[in-house]
Amino acid sequence: MNRLHVELPGLKLKNPIMPASGCFGFGREYSQFYDLSKLGAIMIKATTVEPRFGNPTPRVAETDAGMLNAIGLQNPGLKKVISEELPWLSQYDVPIIANVAGSLEEDYVSVAREISKAGNVHALELNISCPNVKTGGIAFGTIPEVAKQLTRKVKEVSRVPVYVKLSPNVTNIVEMAKAVEDGGADGLTMINTLVGMRLDLKTGKPILANITGGLSGPAIKPVAIRMIYEVSQAVSIPIIGMGGVQSAEDVIEYFYAGASAVAVGTANFVDPLVCPTIIEELPVLLKKLGFEHISECRGRSWNQHGQLAYHRA
Amino acid sequence: MIQKEFCPIISQTEIAEDIFELTVKACLVSQIKQPGQFVHIKAANALDPLLRRPISISSFDQENEQFTMIYRKEGRGTSLLAKMEPGMELDILGPLGNGFPIEEVSSEETALLVGGGIGVPPLFELSKQLVAKGVNVIHVLGFQTESAVFYEQEFLKNGETYVTTVDGTYGIQGFVTDVMGNLRFECIYACGPTSMLKALEQHYSDKKLFLSLEERMGCGIGACFACVCRLADDPSGVSYKKVCSDGPVFRAGEVLI
Repeated sequence: MNRLHVELPGLKLKNPIMPASGCFGFGREYSQFYDLSKLGAIMIKATTVEPRFGNPTPRVAETDAGMLNAIGLQNPGLKKVISEELPWLSQYDVPIIANVAGSLEEDYVSVAREISKAGNVHALELNISCPNVKTGGIAFGTIPEVAKQLTRKVKEVSRVPVYVKLSPNVTNIVEMAKAVEDGGADGLTMINTLVGMRLDLKTGKPILANITGGLSGPAIKPVAIRMIYEVSQAVSIPIIGMGGVQSAEDVIEYFYAGASAVAVGTANFVDPLVCPTIIEELPVLLKKLGFEHISECRGRSWNQHGQLAYHRA
Repeated sequence: MIQKEFCPIISQTEIAEDIFELTVKACLVSQIKQPGQFVHIKAANALDPLLRRPISISSFDQENEQFTMIYRKEGRGTSLLAKMEPGMELDILGPLGNGFPIEEVSSEETALLVGGGIGVPPLFELSKQLVAKGVNVIHVLGFQTESAVFYEQEFLKNGETYVTTVDGTYGIQGFVTDVMGNLRFECIYACGPTSMLKALEQHYSDKKLFLSLEERMGCGIGACFACVCRLADDPSGVSYKKVCSDGPVFRAGEVLI
């Protein structure tokens, strides 16, 4: 019995588990540990038009049950991602979700237009929520009208469905979600990291060279669950949930909240084998909980009947 | 190949103030290629601390499938580690990174091994391997103070050894660089604080010089881009090396430190 197959716009997933963007590079490092074809999908590292070095170090600081990062969208640039990384990934039977970032609207549009032509890119993830770059990124993710406009522009040029990655650093996430749905988004991914800070005990100064960073890991899971719970009841597009997922139990909780698939981020750094482990454990847990298929868990927190037809394979 | 393994602890001893020597049984020892590689340890079987801790391998024994690490108890992770006892298992990922190239020095030549504080440990395996190869080794080991000194006798067995302390409570007062002026050697291998590595790079650019760098790490395998450094020949561009997977050992002048 296949309990895990899930279909979302542009994506036929053998299971709803995928590494989150920025936590998996372009897959090469993790291919040393397991066959990447086991994954439901891969969300590759954010791609910008030009190569970026990113922020100075230190770029990470540990926190209670989490970590702060301020990498600064380091990536080899659109050309190299298209000529080297995506062809390398095509040896695996796994759909790629390309994370698209930029400083200006036209940057997003250029990256989206070109990267969506790649055969193994089945969807885009519009990164309007990176907290670690000075221009663009989160600026697009905090004003509903701006986010809607950008989504519309990217939709015009993309050959594949567009998911918009929402920032939790807003007053009203439902308003943001509705705005990008209005702009034509095919789905949402949420949440990006929460802006945070840590200070050094001896010097009193920020540990991160960028001063602030994005908080991820188990510490943020309750925030993500709450936001997905609210958003999933307010929009009719599917949500790929993320934030502190470490186990099959966490995945079920995300589905209960209203997610239709789940991405694993920081946990990859702790255990490189976490994604295949979760994929193995999920069917066992579903059986134990009395579910025939994972889609039956979706929205259970707010809907007793809990399932929507289009999630079913 | 990098492996993730639960390794039983064979022994753990405090060999100087807050300095612990930890030996584990591990199949991953068969994968160690060079002295100067490291492992990534999950100190807590819980969410806090969340990330692994990079710790260098100070010696290994492939025949008996065991290796030793020396670390300083400092933060939450290493404090938890220090409480662990023989028989308990440690979640270890490794071996990681590229170590010291011993092929850069020939037998009959002299290698100077320079260590500062908790940078001393990886030099021990290096020293053993160089001696086995017929290389003369001289060690210069710098510490803060007498209570922090460790492994002097072990290094002495392999060759000439100078110990410095910043406060002069043991050995020669001063920094490692203060004793290096009188020594003759063809190649330097160093591991220690960035200020020490910078001083070596500045004064010994005419020598073969290999430096082991330290940087805050996330994944330890090259995926998270936390520990990148710039290349010396492209100081403001986009080229980079990752300390965890391209290093931690670099030839002097390759990356900006």
